[in-house]
Amino acid sequence: MDWFFDNIGLVLSLSLDHIRLSAIPIVVSFFVAVPLGWVAHRYAWSKPLVLTTVGLLYTIPSLALFMLIPALLGISVLSEINVVIALSVYAVAIMVRTAADAFASIDPAFLRSATALGYSESGRHYAVELPLAGPVLLAGIRVVSVSTVSLVTVGVLVGVPSLGFFFTDGFQRRIIPEVMTGVVMTLVIALLFDLLLVLAGRLILPWARIAEREHKQAIS
Amino acid sequence: MSLLAQAWQWLIDAQQYSGDGSIPIRLLEHLCFTFAALGLATLIAIPLGYFIGHTGRGALWVVGITGAARALPSFGLMLLLVLVLGVSARLWAAILALVILAIPPLIAGAYAGIQQIPRATIDAARAQGMTEWQILFHVEVPLSMPLVFGGLRGATLQVVATVTLVAYVGLGGLGYEIIQGIPLRRFDQTIGTAIVIVALALVLDALLAFATKLSVPKGVSAGRLADVRAKDAG
Repeated sequence: MDWFFDNIGLVLSLSLDHIRLSAIPIVVSFFVAVPLGWVAHRYAWSKPLVLTTVGLLYTIPSLALFMLIPALLGISVLSEINVVIALSVYAVAIMVRTAADAFASIDPAFLRSATALGYSESGRHYAVELPLAGPVLLAGIRVVSVSTVSLVTVGVLVGVPSLGFFFTDGFQRRIIPEVMTGVVMTLVIALLFDLLLVLAGRLILPWARIAEREHKQAIS
Repeated sequence: MSLLAQAWQWLIDAQQYSGDGSIPIRLLEHLCFTFAALGLATLIAIPLGYFIGHTGRGALWVVGITGAARALPSFGLMLLLVLVLGVSARLWAAILALVILAIPPLIAGAYAGIQQIPRATIDAARAQGMTEWQILFHVEVPLSMPLVFGGLRGATLQVVATVTLVAYVGLGGLGYEIIQGIPLRRFDQTIGTAIVIVALALVLDALLAFATKLSVPKGVSAGRLADVRAKDAG
């Protein structure tokens, strides 16, 4: 604990770097993957194509992706944007599959009744389809958030500082509490993001809680 | 010349294929780490997952650890274990970290594999007079195979990726060329190696995807109407 309090300033500043580096891919994944997942669900011919592509991207080990993205895009290996793009690729890869599942999980009867009530195609999408997909989308973004926060640490190997700095620096200087601080703070940030997402879900998707409560009453 | 072309030049250079640190040796090291970790993790995780799936005890625990494990930064865990167990025991520390990483998806696969079997199937087996062990080995294990392989596929993906990081503690593997090449700005070497790593990950994943398909028991795949019709037509 002594090491932690003696270096509290560095812990806080690296935590902020870490939060910034992981927040961008999480947000990007939501806005890129939800439309892609919807396309994969809506147009059956595109589903195998989209899901296979994201499956292959997800298979690439992170250190290799950190090398390949700069080569393909002509940016520097040692830049923050490299790490953000690589992590966005993984986040989108996880999220597209979940988004396709989320839209597929909606009972088509709801959509047909919405059409019968006079909703236009796009009105139905935003007022009925998206809210009903919400709970599964939230579950997906929680998975994305946890794994992104953990993956950011590898970025230190290409010189992008995050809490991963405590891993390499602590290892080289043989300071166990330093490495420990890095691991624990990464877990703390993952937990913090998860709590925020759950809280946001409660605010934006109040119907998910009602459905859950009814489900619990039904089984008890 | 573009970076990719330079990487390709590096990759096809005969120098890369002979001697101590050559690509085939690094590849072999990489595979040894991967298989050692997956083998040990399977020995621990599959019986445990089957036990939880068969008895239903500790099911909540499975959900908890698979969620928490995703948050654990594997690189940090590995360095921490190396420091705690001592740098001279770094080989075992690295393998331990990889095993810890591989266990949650394997347990989840084995558990879910048994969990998804319709209750009626297991009750029918019991009604026929099968013992608990017979139910496990003749009904639950065969029917769980596709999901067990699914779990193994997830674990392999994680382990192959993390083995690229063992070079940081001086243990070789394909990651060595990248971790050593970055500070020297030898980008032909780092990108060339990245291509090899991607190829390895894709090949292992494809093999396991194929094994998953093969692992569906005959009775189950024959029961699918669509398959039967496809065969008739072809």
